[in-house]
Amino acid sequence: MAGLTAAVRLAEAGLRVVTVAKGLGSLRLAPATVDILGYAPGRVDSPASALPGFVAAHPHHPYAAITPGVLADSLRWLAEHVQAYAYVGDASANMLLSTAIGVPRPSAVVPETMAGGDIRSLRSVAIAGLRALKDFHPALAAENLRAAAAADGMAIEARPVMLSPPTDGEADVGTLGFARRFEDAGFRRAFAAELRAALRDEQAVGIPAVLGFDQVRSVWTELQEAIGRPVFEIPTMPPSVPGMRLARALQERLRRAGGRFVLGAEAVGPEIRDGKLAGVRIRAGNRETARLARWVVLATGGLASGGIQVDLGGTATEPALGLPVFGPGPGEPAFLPGYLGEHPMGTVGLRVDGRLRPVGQDGEPVRPNLVAAGAVIGGARPWREKSGDGISLSTGYLAAGTILEDAG
Amino acid sequence: MSDEPAFDFIRDSLDHCVKCTICETACPVANATPLFPGPKYVGPQAERFRTPGSSVDSSLDYCSGCGICSQACPQGVHVAEINSRARATMKQQRRMPLRDHLLSRPSVEGRLATPVAPLANFVLSNRIFRLLAERTLGIHRNAPLPTFAGRTFQRWARRHRPAAGTREVVYFHGCSANYFQPELAEMTVAVLEHNGFRVLVPPQDCCGLPLQSNGIFDTARSYVRRLVGNLAPYARAGNQIVATSTSCGLMLKREAIEILGIEDDDLRVVSEHTYDICEFLADLDAAGQLRTDFTAVPLTVTYHAPCQQQGHGIGKPALDLLGLVPELKVIELDRACCGIAGTYGIKREKYDIAMKVGQPLFDDITSSAADLSVCDSETCRWQITHATGQQSVHPVEVLHRAYGLG
Repeated sequence: MAGLTAAVRLAEAGLRVVTVAKGLGSLRLAPATVDILGYAPGRVDSPASALPGFVAAHPHHPYAAITPGVLADSLRWLAEHVQAYAYVGDASANMLLSTAIGVPRPSAVVPETMAGGDIRSLRSVAIAGLRALKDFHPALAAENLRAAAAADGMAIEARPVMLSPPTDGEADVGTLGFARRFEDAGFRRAFAAELRAALRDEQAVGIPAVLGFDQVRSVWTELQEAIGRPVFEIPTMPPSVPGMRLARALQERLRRAGGRFVLGAEAVGPEIRDGKLAGVRIRAGNRETARLARWVVLATGGLASGGIQVDLGGTATEPALGLPVFGPGPGEPAFLPGYLGEHPMGTVGLRVDGRLRPVGQDGEPVRPNLVAAGAVIGGARPWREKSGDGISLSTGYLAAGTILEDAG
Repeated sequence: MSDEPAFDFIRDSLDHCVKCTICETACPVANATPLFPGPKYVGPQAERFRTPGSSVDSSLDYCSGCGICSQACPQGVHVAEINSRARATMKQQRRMPLRDHLLSRPSVEGRLATPVAPLANFVLSNRIFRLLAERTLGIHRNAPLPTFAGRTFQRWARRHRPAAGTREVVYFHGCSANYFQPELAEMTVAVLEHNGFRVLVPPQDCCGLPLQSNGIFDTARSYVRRLVGNLAPYARAGNQIVATSTSCGLMLKREAIEILGIEDDDLRVVSEHTYDICEFLADLDAAGQLRTDFTAVPLTVTYHAPCQQQGHGIGKPALDLLGLVPELKVIELDRACCGIAGTYGIKREKYDIAMKVGQPLFDDITSSAADLSVCDSETCRWQITHATGQQSVHPVEVLHRAYGLG
C-alpha cells in the first residue's frame, strides 16, 4: 500500500514512475480499512487526539514524521482514488468493527460496506455464514461478539445464520469464488431470498466481505434493499476481497497515469555513480541490471515481507539498498521469553528524518534522493497499535510529497 | 532431493511459502474452473507430500503453466516451476497421449509441412479433419492452429546480404517465426539493421519449450542443450542474443535452468546474454542509441503483455517503444492471460477453460474499438485473433511500419 500510494501520487503529478516488485504486495491480504491508531496501549477512541502524546512517547515512530495535515490529506487522497465505493470516517474517531472471529477492532476509515458494523450502534444483529466458505464461522463470531460487547458494558443480540446458496456442487468455494458469484445476478437473487427467509427482526446483518469486486457498491445496495435492513461486510481470512478491490483500484490508477509496473524482479543493491545514488540494481532471471532514477522510494516492507532481514545471529540488514538498520543494540536482548512479549526486535527497521529520508547513526540522511515508506521504517508495532495501514498510507503519501517538493 | 542441484534450489523455495494465498488471487485458471484447485494447493502444499518420481494428484494437469503464481509470490516461491516438475512426473507415470508428442515438436512439423504447405494448411483448416483430430487425438476442433508459410526464415537469412552494421547481434528466431511467420523475423532483421546492427542468424532448432510444458523433459533437455551449444560461442564472444518469441526467450533465460534443472556453462552464458527484442530495443533507447526517426502511425492499438513475457521480470518495454511512435494511441490492457498458454488451450479437455480464462481480455479488446491488437507471444496472438476476430501483431511489426521499412 505504501509503495502503490507513492507511485500513484508521483505518476499523477507527471513524473515517470517505475515500480519494481518482487511479488504482489500484502495489500491483497489486508482488510482494506485504514487503522490509524487503535491501542496506545489502551484502546484509542480518537486517533487525532491521541497521536501527539503517542508520538512524544515514541520519537522514532514513523508517525513522528506525519503531521495532522499530512494524515488528513492522505486519507482524503485515498477516498478520492477508490472509485468502486466510498470510504467513510476520519482520524477524529475510531469505529469498533467486528473481526471474522467477533473481536472488536478499532478502525478509523473504512469502506462504506463495513461502516454499518460499528458494534456501538448495534443492538441486535444476524451474523450470516456461507456453508461452502470454510474460513468464516458465524456461530463463533456471534458468540465472541456478544461476549466482547458485554465486557464493554454493551448488550448485543448476535445470532448466527448459516446459508447454503447454490455453488454448483462445490463444497469448498473460498472468498474469491463467492466474490465472483456475487457479481452474478441469479446468484444474488437466490442468496437474498435465502437470507430474507432466515432473518427474524434483527436490526442489521453482518456477512463475510465477499460482496463482489468492481460491482461491490451495487451488490451491497441491492442486498440491503432486498432484505430491508442494513448489511455490513466483515473482513475475512486471506485472501481478502476488500484488499483486492483496493489493490486493483490503485493499480488501475497507476496504469492510467502512465506508471510502469515491473513484477517478479528484485532490487538487490544501489546503483552508485559519481558517489551519488543513481538508481537501483535489479535482478531478474540470471541478469542484474541498473534502473536509473533521479529519486528512489524504498517500500519493501518490514520483517514479514523480507524488506528487513535478520540472520540467525540476530543481525538485521536491509537487503535492497544496504541501508543502516536500527534494532536492538549489541548485547541487548532481541527477544523476550514470552511468545507475545514486546520483543525489542519487533521495532527493527530504518530510521527516517521528517521528510522520510533514511538516516544513519548520525541522524543525517544517507542519500538526499532516497525516501522510505511503509513497514520498512522501524519504530512501530503495528500489530499491537493497529497502525499498519495508517503508517503505510501516510508515509507513502508523504514520500511522494518529499520528491514532488524537491522536483519543484 | 533430486539428482539436479539446480532444481533443488528451486524446490527449496517452497519453505518460504507462508500460505498467504496471493498466488491464488492471481491464478487465472483457478479463477476460471474448479477443476484446478489453485497454485498454492497443488504447489508448495502438495509438494511436501511428493516423493521423488511420484506425483499422484491429477488436478495438477489443469495448471496451464502460465507462471503468474511465481511472478505474484511476494516471498519468492517458485510455485509454477515446482508445479511444472510435478506435472511432468505425473505424466511420465501415465501413458503420454500421442497428441502431446505431436504438439510438442513444432520444428519436426515445420520441416515436414513446409514443402507441402498448401496441403498441410488445407488439412488443418478442414472441418472434417478437425472433427476427426478432435475425436482421435484430442485436439479441440475450434482451437487456433497456425498456418505454414511454405518457406522458412532460415532459408531467407542464408541468402540475405547483411547490412554493413557497426555492431553485431544474434537473432534467436524460434520455430514460429521460422515456419509460420517468417515475415516477422524479416521485419526484426530490418529493424535491427536500421539501428546499425549486423544481424547474425546461427543455425537453430526448437528450444524444447513445448516438450517441457507437455512434461517430456528428457527430449526437451536434448533440444535446449543443442540450441545453447550453437548460441554459446556468440554469447562468450560478448554478443547479445535477441528473441522475438517471448516464451522461447524465457526458456533460454530461466526455464531451462529453473524447470528442466540444467546446470551447464553453455546455458548459463546464453541465459545471461539473452534479451527479449522489446527489452533489447528499450535498453537501446534508454542509452540514447535507438533511432527514433519514426513516421506517424495514426492507429489506436491495444497492448496485452502475455504471461510468459511477464515471466522475464522486465515490465512492459513494448509500451515504452510504442510510446515513441507519433500519433499511435496505445491502450494498455491489464489482464493476466489469454488462456492459450502455449499448447494448453488447444487440447480438447482444456479449450473451454482457456477461452474462459481469456474472456476478460477478449472483452477488453472487443470493447476498445481499437484498430489492431499488439502482443509479444505468437500463440497468444493466434488465440486473440481466434477469439476476437481482430488482427494481432508483434510490437516489432508496428515499429517496422513506423520506421517506414515496408
